[in-house]
Amino acid sequence: MSYDRILNTTAAWLLALFWLLPLAYAIWTAFHPAAFETRFEPLAPLTLQNFVQAWSEAPFARYFLNTMILVTGIVAAQFTLCTLAAFAFARFEFRGKGLMFALVLMQLLIMPDILIVENYRTMSQLGLIDTIAAIGLPYVASAFGIFLLRQTFMTVPKELDDAARVEGCSYLGILWRVYIPLAKPTFLAYGLVSVSHHWNNFVWPLIVTNSVETRPLTVGLSIFAVTDSGIQWSVINAATLMTSGPLLIAFLLFQRQFVQSFMRAGIK
Amino acid sequence: METARRQWIYAWLMLSPAMALLILFTHYPAVQTIVNSFYSTPRGRRKAVWIGLDNYQTLILDDVFWKVLMNNFWYAVWTIPLSILLSLAMALWVNDKIRGRGFLRMAYFTPTVLPLIAVANIWLFFYTPGFGLIDQIRGLFGLAEQNWMGSPDTALYSMIAVAIWKEAGFFMIFYLAALQTIPPSLREAADIEGASRWYYFRRVLFPLLMPTTLFVSINAVINSFRLVDHIFVMTEGGPNNASSLLLFYIYEVAFDYWDTAYAATLTVVMIAILILLAIGQFFLFDRKVHYK
Repeated sequence: MSYDRILNTTAAWLLALFWLLPLAYAIWTAFHPAAFETRFEPLAPLTLQNFVQAWSEAPFARYFLNTMILVTGIVAAQFTLCTLAAFAFARFEFRGKGLMFALVLMQLLIMPDILIVENYRTMSQLGLIDTIAAIGLPYVASAFGIFLLRQTFMTVPKELDDAARVEGCSYLGILWRVYIPLAKPTFLAYGLVSVSHHWNNFVWPLIVTNSVETRPLTVGLSIFAVTDSGIQWSVINAATLMTSGPLLIAFLLFQRQFVQSFMRAGIK
Repeated sequence: METARRQWIYAWLMLSPAMALLILFTHYPAVQTIVNSFYSTPRGRRKAVWIGLDNYQTLILDDVFWKVLMNNFWYAVWTIPLSILLSLAMALWVNDKIRGRGFLRMAYFTPTVLPLIAVANIWLFFYTPGFGLIDQIRGLFGLAEQNWMGSPDTALYSMIAVAIWKEAGFFMIFYLAALQTIPPSLREAADIEGASRWYYFRRVLFPLLMPTTLFVSINAVINSFRLVDHIFVMTEGGPNNASSLLLFYIYEVAFDYWDTAYAATLTVVMIAILILLAIGQFFLFDRKVHYK
């Protein structure tokens, strides 16, 4: 091995260990009694008590349910609306197409995340404050999704499309039978990006929700971590792991597919 | 002619649900933000009235605004280049035949799937004075305790470190995707010519990665305004606004003080900055991007 190679490998490993340190630390404290928060003894007793305590001290079950409803709702709505819009952009020629596409792309820069003041006003005018729908609605028409799917749909060969037309397929039939099956990897990639984004989203849900029945996990966790004035790190870390758990486990199990689909989503 | 007309109808039918929501939650609020920045904040029975540039005058005289703007400037100046450089290094390492490639890739990417608000709790502990992990390690070397988040000199940099840690792995994926489309024959040709690794990187890889760098840097710019979740948990902008960023300040003004008109004014500034930066980046990169 060359000198250069050893140097690179060492640097890569040091960075990786540093990158994993926060998570490793959270796992350590969450599975050990509070007494071992800063004492790293290999034989320290393991416990699940921190998880039990966190679970019983805040309505995490409800928060989980809210997040699940939120994420499935958003992804289902995004798939439907973005697919239709992307198909229109990829397949049809119509007046105003360029302008409409420019309007869509604007959202990549000016995201709902920064329009919190006016979107809050809109939600209260619609009477949707403190509903799960209000958390998701601003994100449903996603420029990223429309753009990504349009790029994929544009690669579908025109001959396939024409053949289906000759067979008497309607436009929606073509979309369903030709375009969507060919875009499966993109849907998977976009779905994963979207799930992890909305699972982790915090500021907007914090603003529009104010009850246990609507709060997603991230907001619930932030409230739990603050109100717990005793600052039991081990319990807070157990709660932290719980909220990130499903995504984290899914990621570890399907690591390869996960990274690959993120990569596919990145090809532009 | 008939088909063109039918296509037009189909296209608009398919487009309209998405466009309606897009306009309702992006374009309408963006325009409304600008309009409201010229009005006063409605309070109780008092309706909003036209006050011209008064909000902008308040803004210019608002010390907190300038403080927060400078903070955001430094936040961007540190997080954008550092996260891009790190992500590029990560991608190059993981794309190579390096020992433990799968593990490294997982380690770099993990922060991306963790909620920022959750990891903020963990970092909070790292930074806790005396008791926290960083100070414990410093203690081993006989260094004094340091209140990382409580001191105005270090609070912002503590936030910057968390942001870089959070986003570098995500950007790595885009570089990795781009690297995998580069044919190995280029490397072989460079080897035959006797080009060094560094030369190959500088003259072949880096130019080919320019479109990715543009894409990643636009994302990094947007993130430097958007990534504020950890501030809610870790410092709440303190001490004395030392770690507050523009979006966090907008949140405070709008939802703690309920001064929505002033919050709209701040949002206008933010949108203006974002647009200027995006235009600037296109011009900056324009001549250097090699499209395939």
